Amino acid sequence: MSDLHLVDMGNELAKEPTRKGFGRGLLKAGQIDENVVAACADLTGSTCMDSFAKEFPERFVQVGVAEQNLVTVGSGLAAQGKTPFVSSYAAFSPGRNWEQIRTTICLNNQPVNVVGSHAGISVGPDGATHQMLEDIALMRVLPNMVVVVPCDGPEAERATLALAKDDRPSYLRLAREASPIITTDKTPFEIGKAYVFSEGTDLTIISTGTMTAQAMIASEQLYKQGVEVEVVHVPTIKPLDKETILKSVRKTKKVITIEEGQVAGGLAGAVAELLAENYPAPMKRLGVHDRFGESGTPAELLEDFGLTAHHIKLAVHEFISQK
Amino acid sequence: MGDKTKTLTFKELKKQANDIRVSIIKMVEAAGSGHPGGSLGLADIFTALYFDVMNCDPKNPDWGERDILLLSNGHCVPVQYATMAHAGFFDTKELITLRKHKSRLQGHPERHALPGLENTSGPLGCGLSQACGMALAMRMNKQTNRYIYVVMGDGELDEGNVWEAAMLAPKYNLNNIIGIVDRNNIQIDGPTENIMPLGDLKQKWEAFGWNAVDIDGNNIEAVISAIDMAKAVKEKPTVLIARTTPGKGVSFMENDYHWHGVAPNADQAKVALDDLHELGAKIESEHE
Ligand SMILES: [Mg+2]
Repeated sequence: MSDLHLVDMGNELAKEPTRKGFGRGLLKAGQIDENVVAACADLTGSTCMDSFAKEFPERFVQVGVAEQNLVTVGSGLAAQGKTPFVSSYAAFSPGRNWEQIRTTICLNNQPVNVVGSHAGISVGPDGATHQMLEDIALMRVLPNMVVVVPCDGPEAERATLALAKDDRPSYLRLAREASPIITTDKTPFEIGKAYVFSEGTDLTIISTGTMTAQAMIASEQLYKQGVEVEVVHVPTIKPLDKETILKSVRKTKKVITIEEGQVAGGLAGAVAELLAENYPAPMKRLGVHDRFGESGTPAELLEDFGLTAHHIKLAVHEFISQK
Repeated sequence: MGDKTKTLTFKELKKQANDIRVSIIKMVEAAGSGHPGGSLGLADIFTALYFDVMNCDPKNPDWGERDILLLSNGHCVPVQYATMAHAGFFDTKELITLRKHKSRLQGHPERHALPGLENTSGPLGCGLSQACGMALAMRMNKQTNRYIYVVMGDGELDEGNVWEAAMLAPKYNLNNIIGIVDRNNIQIDGPTENIMPLGDLKQKWEAFGWNAVDIDGNNIEAVISAIDMAKAVKEKPTVLIARTTPGKGVSFMENDYHWHGVAPNADQAKVALDDLHELGAKIESEHE
């Protein structure tokens, strides 16, 4: 759709990790608003907070390897009028400090932005301990929490700028590995909105995070094979854009979800809950099914877990051939 | 504006603390559950804070220059509600709604429920971290005259989160934080030194970079003067290790860990109130 200003999928796609886009967004947000502050648990470079920390040293807090402290310090900063972004690896935050996030951020309703980088199996060689797969489920169940999973670097930048202006607690999920850039600076982003990145009538693919690029690549190739899938990109998993999702599923009547994380409680869970109550439809969930990650290259792992455009194509063909 | 109600004599403050204890017994009895032991033990410290030390305005609880009190061990909130009501934040008649459905006085403090509460707490170990965040924000905001008081239980110090914050505050020299550890030597399962030995707390905090001071937490005068001295220390944050008697003022509750989290029944409450009325009369008869 032209008003979405997406990258032409016919060209070779440039790549960038979503965390880089976050780093740019944080710096810009800091330049716009002096109340934007940042804290990190000894992963400033990895979570791309370094340019903010360099430009605004007096607004940056280094808490050391202490993720419980990280988010509760964030709660205190927010209580005195700041807009904190607090970052670590997703495996540790929100992996280790869930109760602190629940009590001092969500129940206390302080606008802390919890940033979890290195989410998903594409972390690669570090292995299962560092490949956070349960974070969407953990954050999605918390009242007051907004959950955002951008699809590429530019969207991560826009999401960060949007979160800096939003007064709700949030979780921003980021990836370590470079992934295809499919949006541009003109692509719209609004918290709580899903976007139809590709229109079709045969089936709806609902995707989040870097899996949206894979869905778009698959959709392009499927089109050449005579299959028209609709790709609904869901960068905000909570609050979920029910209208956009239901409108698409009412049209196509078949759904595939895809995410780089546990399908239980993840995007798949959110979509299944929505459809079960409003418009039950046949559904297939691509993602991680009740297992942990392991060491390997990102490409090997995405292949192993069936999270590539190729796997999406196979799933679509299988699904639409079922009558 | 910030109104310091600092006109009370020590005798009047003692009387106030006793009245607060009476309220604690009445409200916990009415609730049928709650934590009287720690609440009674903290009444003197809370009286000192709200009636003497803190710069705050009960009629304007969100005043931007106010001092902050964070009750980190949220289960002792009956003492905070009672003290706030006696200080004029709300009517003492409301105290009886503690822990009731739709009450502003939730079982553990909830910031959104009641004006004047600065945080939501209960799960232990978070108050000092929140104080660090607030102190850092105040520094960024160029507010140099605001103090943050953090009341923690001694059992609460079992939580690792406390020590994460204990390292952070000296690192940034957050000298407007004044920690107060309620050293009553009990926790839910028994004496602290049996459950998880805390040892020499003064040494522990000093090793973490704090100015640590042992005080008698049931002596209002000692609490106030320790805080005055803490404010004069600029090169590090201060923590007061405040020795208190759990259940203070009620003969059968004093030093008995079983009263950590159990409400008195009607008969027990009557005995407790008799004890406190007797103490009140004794304070009344004291010379200034
Ligand atoms: Mg104790």
